[in-house]
Order: sequence, then structure tokens, then C-alpha cells
Amino acid sequence: MRKIKYSQALSEGIVQSMEKDPNIFMTGIAVDYPSGIFGSTTEATRRFGPKRVFDAPAMENALTGIAIGAAAVGKRPIIVHPRNDFMFLAFDMIINLAAKWKYMYGGNAGAVPIVVRAVIGKGWGQGASHSQSLQSVLGHFPGLNVVMPAFPRDAKGLMMSALTHSSPVIILEHRTLYDTEGDVPEEPVYTPIGKAAVVREGKDLTIVATSFMAYEALHAAAELEKEGISAEIVDLRSIRPLDEETILNSVRKTGHLIVADTSWELCGVVSEVAALVAEKGFSSLKGPVRRIALANCPAPVSQPLEKAFYPTATTIAKAAMSMMGKFSGHFGNIDREDNFKGPY
Amino acid sequence: MGAKPTFKEDSTSAISLPAETEIRLYRQLIRVRHAEETLAALYKEKEMRTPTHFGVGQEAVAVGACGALRNDDVVYTHHRSHTHYLAKGGSLLGLVAELYGREGGCSRGRGGSVHLTDRSVGMLGSSPILGEGVALAVGSALAFRMDGQNRVATSFFGEGTFDEGIVYECLNYASVNKLPVLLVCENNFYATESPMEVRQPAGTELCERVASFKIKAERIDGNDVVAVFDAARRAVDHIRDGQGPYFIECETYRWLEHVGPMFDHELGRSYRTKEEVEAWMQRCPVRRGAARLLARKIATQPQLDQWMAETRAEMTKVVAQAKASPWPDPSALFENAY
Repeated sequence: MRKIKYSQALSEGIVQSMEKDPNIFMTGIAVDYPSGIFGSTTEATRRFGPKRVFDAPAMENALTGIAIGAAAVGKRPIIVHPRNDFMFLAFDMIINLAAKWKYMYGGNAGAVPIVVRAVIGKGWGQGASHSQSLQSVLGHFPGLNVVMPAFPRDAKGLMMSALTHSSPVIILEHRTLYDTEGDVPEEPVYTPIGKAAVVREGKDLTIVATSFMAYEALHAAAELEKEGISAEIVDLRSIRPLDEETILNSVRKTGHLIVADTSWELCGVVSEVAALVAEKGFSSLKGPVRRIALANCPAPVSQPLEKAFYPTATTIAKAAMSMMGKFSGHFGNIDREDNFKGPY
Repeated sequence: MGAKPTFKEDSTSAISLPAETEIRLYRQLIRVRHAEETLAALYKEKEMRTPTHFGVGQEAVAVGACGALRNDDVVYTHHRSHTHYLAKGGSLLGLVAELYGREGGCSRGRGGSVHLTDRSVGMLGSSPILGEGVALAVGSALAFRMDGQNRVATSFFGEGTFDEGIVYECLNYASVNKLPVLLVCENNFYATESPMEVRQPAGTELCERVASFKIKAERIDGNDVVAVFDAARRAVDHIRDGQGPYFIECETYRWLEHVGPMFDHELGRSYRTKEEVEAWMQRCPVRRGAARLLARKIATQPQLDQWMAETRAEMTKVVAQAKASPWPDPSALFENAY
């Protein structure tokens, strides 16, 4: 199959959806710049022009309300936040209106199927307010769909599913993934929202991972294979709805669970998955669950601090070794070199 | 201190409307007034379990503005929304049943007083968080412009909404894109119980502020249904002509407490005096509407009495229907969550 980048896959999903549905438009800060949100909006801008792809002032809350108001009369807006952190300003609209619209009017006010794209930053000293990842916060609220594509195929497939969904979808993309490549069908592809994927089969332990951490988990699993440990990796893909069945099936098979996410532990996705397995899969567990998440502080800027802050493939691999009762002392740093230098 | 009217009662005497328009506006006024007063009285029975903000005293704003709109124009409103819902043509039974939490309510008992909708007449939604409706109207206006539809999106909001940042984002966006949006501010002098002077600098003129966004703005007597209708049709012409948003500040007054069916003085609240409330009740939009019809010989007293009797009969019937209608089934708890 053809290999393209994550950014191209997002772009292709948007363009093919916009071709099919004339009601889709896309707006947000910088969407029509030549840089095109890391290349993901450039083709849509070129093909559909300023009537359907247009810049917006910095007004995250109003813009989200405007998108909802447009959706209420038949449009299907995509709004883009170049960083997750800006989306905090839009929480009133996302949580109080978009999430509840269908429910609180008893279905009589129709639906507001907005799609909100937001980018998770990481590295190059992006710091405390340009690196957060809001899946657990937004995943808390009924009425929202929250997805985190890790691989190019799902970047396209979740985008296309989001753009045909009847309720709001938040797509959390990861800055470090835009240049990663993978197999992506040329024809339209629809990744089901609410379905996780087993991206690597294994028998000794399950690693449930989100977004960039699924990528890290795959790398760790390749190294663990050399140590005789067979790790199964579940790429969560959707935070809400959560695919309980795929997680529980995998744990039933392996009996061990590591959960790795791009955000913090407390009230986080890692804790939710751990609680799920404790409640519904306890008898399958052969040992304690291990959660791998950000260090319990805001993201620092300085290089040695930043390195200490983020969990990596090494963190996952060492946790897996210890979970399997193997000595991990000889296990060095397996992390790939971080070549990220921007643009941001 | 205090809420002093700035308009003379006869300020619209020079405006002449067709008799059928005058009658339509007046009949809407009494219908909205009677619905609100009946609901406020019934609320005391404690069978409506939904925090309710009654709009008694403010009816002329909703009736006048909606009177200048078409059925396919859309309206968004705030927590004190019964007036706009009814004035835009929303089902009376839908409103009453909603307050009683019934399946036959306009939002099927899921929304309550502050989440009303009736899409069939363009009453898209009310929501209680200040400023939301402003953004929603701007968004629908954007969609109308994109589709080349000559429709108007209206947002009703209180002057307290000017304390929220989102209003300025919306004014800016609507103006820079010349969107077909009508912004109707009900300035009733108090945000909950806080008067303007503790929330905004002395000498604040909302129209001046809106005009600084290059938006046409005017302040009118919001207790005069003809003044509101006249300003709204001027605004709608301007908007449909492609000249961008229009702002109308309607000076009006809420008779009852912020939320609930009582007068403030009955509950010993002191943020405004009983005398102030009573002075504003003298400026009653319904009484003024009746006086105008009689003075212009558009209607006789027996006709006014007849219309009132019809309004009462309709309300009595609707309340009985609503109370007798079924509750939602608990098995439908999750319906429409997605």
C-alpha cells in the first residue's frame, strides 16, 4: 500500500470529505497560511479557497460558538487550534453547548456536528502552556467524542469519520507525528470512532497507549522482543467512547497491563483504563497495573528537565521488564534521537 | 443610583403602523404577558421543578423585535427566554409542558426553562450562560452569508452580557465580516442584583461601545412595542441590504425577582426599592399598547376585552393539557446523548 505522512493523511481526509460534503468549512488561527497547520490544510486551502478555508482572529470561545451556530443551521465546521492549550478558552462552548446540544433540547434543536482539531505540542522547550494534552479533561463529558490518531491511516480515517458523525468530535493530533509515515489507502477510509486497535499482537503483557505513546510503545516492544518478552499493543484511538472490549480482551489474553498516555496520571486516561480493568477484568490480572504518564508537574523548558519530564520507549520497556520479573539494570536508553527542531 | 427611564412615554406618537400590525403586536403582548403571569402564579405550587426567570415587564422587546422578523430568520436567547420563544411563535403548550418536565415539552423535559427550542419557527435555542447566544447568532449569520441566503440571525441578551469577554469577540467578528446579525440588548439595569454602576465605569454608553466596532447602534424605549418594532424593521432592512450587523439597546425593566415568581420586596431584598419597581410598572408596555390602540381608534375596549378573554381561554386549556401530559420514560435517559 502507498505510504504517506500523517500530515498528508489528515489533509487527504479533509479534502476528500470536503469534496463529498459542500457544507464542510474550516477555520481557525493560521489555517490558510502557506505553512498550513504543518501541511495538513494546504491542499484544502488551494482546492477550496477562502470561501471554505479561512483564517480567524484569536477568539477561541467565540469561534467555537460561531461554529456551533453555523452547525445548528446545517454547516459542518472544522475549527483548528494550533495548540491544545488555546482550547481551554473554548471550554464553555465545547462543554456547555456542543456536548449537550442534542440532549438538552431533547433532540428537537437538531445536532451540532462540529469537528475541533487541536495539536499537542512536545519538545524544543515548548513549556508549560504549549504542551498540554486535554483528552482526559474533555473525555469526561458525555456528548463529546474525543479521538487521538497515532498512525497516518487513522489520521485520515478518524478525520473522515468525524466529518460524517452526528455529534461533536475533538481530534487531538500530536506535533511530533506529522512527519511519520504509514500505509494509507487512497480511497476514503473511515476509522470507527469508539474502537481501539490491536497494533501489535503479543502474549506476555498488554500495553494500552494513546497517540505518540503508541508509537513509543511499538518501539519498546521491538526491544522487548529481544529480551524474550512479547508485548501486545492496543492503540486506544478513541478516549470517548472508550472501547472497553478490546482492552479487556487483550488483558484476558496476557494478564498484565501497562497504560501509557501523553498527559498526567491523576484523573487521567491511564487511571481510567486501570480502573476499567480493575473493575471488569480483575480476575485476568496476574499483577498490578502500571501507569506511565507525564511527571507530576507542569512541562519545563530547559533540556535536562524536559528530558526528565517525558516518559519514553525506555520508560515503557523498563516497566515491562520489571513487570515480567526481569532485571532491567542492563537495559540502556533505547530512545531514538529527538530530531525535532520546529517549526512549532 | 437607581434605574431612571430616559424616554418620554409619547416618543413614538409620530410613528404610524398599519392597523393589522398594531393589533398583531398588541395581541402578542397580552399573550406573552398573560403566559408569564400565569406561569409565575402556578410556579408557587412547586410543581415546576426548573429555575425560572420570568420576563414580566420586558415583553415589548421580544414582541417588537420578533415582529419584524420572518419565520425563516433565527433567534437565540438567554435564561429569561419565554418572551422571545413565544414572540417568535414557539408552541405555548411546548413551553408549559417543558416547565412541568413533560415529554411533550419543547425540549421533551430535558432542558427546562433555560433550554427552550422550536425550530419550526426559527427559535433555535435559549441558553443560560451569558454571551453564548451572541456567538451562536453570529455563527448562523455566517452560515447564511456563506450560502447566499438573505436570512437574519438574532440574539437577545441582557446588558449584563457586556460584562463578558465573548461579546467583544463577537462584535468584532460580526463587524469585520459584515454578517447579517441583529443584536438586541435588553437593558433592565440589573445583572442579577448588581446595578450597572458597580459593573461598568460611570458614564458607560453601550451604544457608544458597540459603535466603536463600526456597528450601527441605537438606544430605544424597550417598553414601547412600536418603538422596538420600528427600530427592528429599520435594523432588518439594513442587515438584509448587506450592510452588516445592527445593535438595538432596549431600555426596559424586570418586575419580578431575578429567578423565581416573587417580587423582590416580598422577600425583603433591598438592591432596589419597591417604589422604583412600582414606578416602572407604571410604564407597563401592555397598558401603553392598549392606550395607543384606543387613542388611535384602532380598537375599542370591548375588542381589547375579547382578545384578553381569548388569551385566557387558550392559556387555561394549555395548562390543563400540559399537566395531564405524560412524563418522560426513565428508560429513555440516555436518548440523544449522542
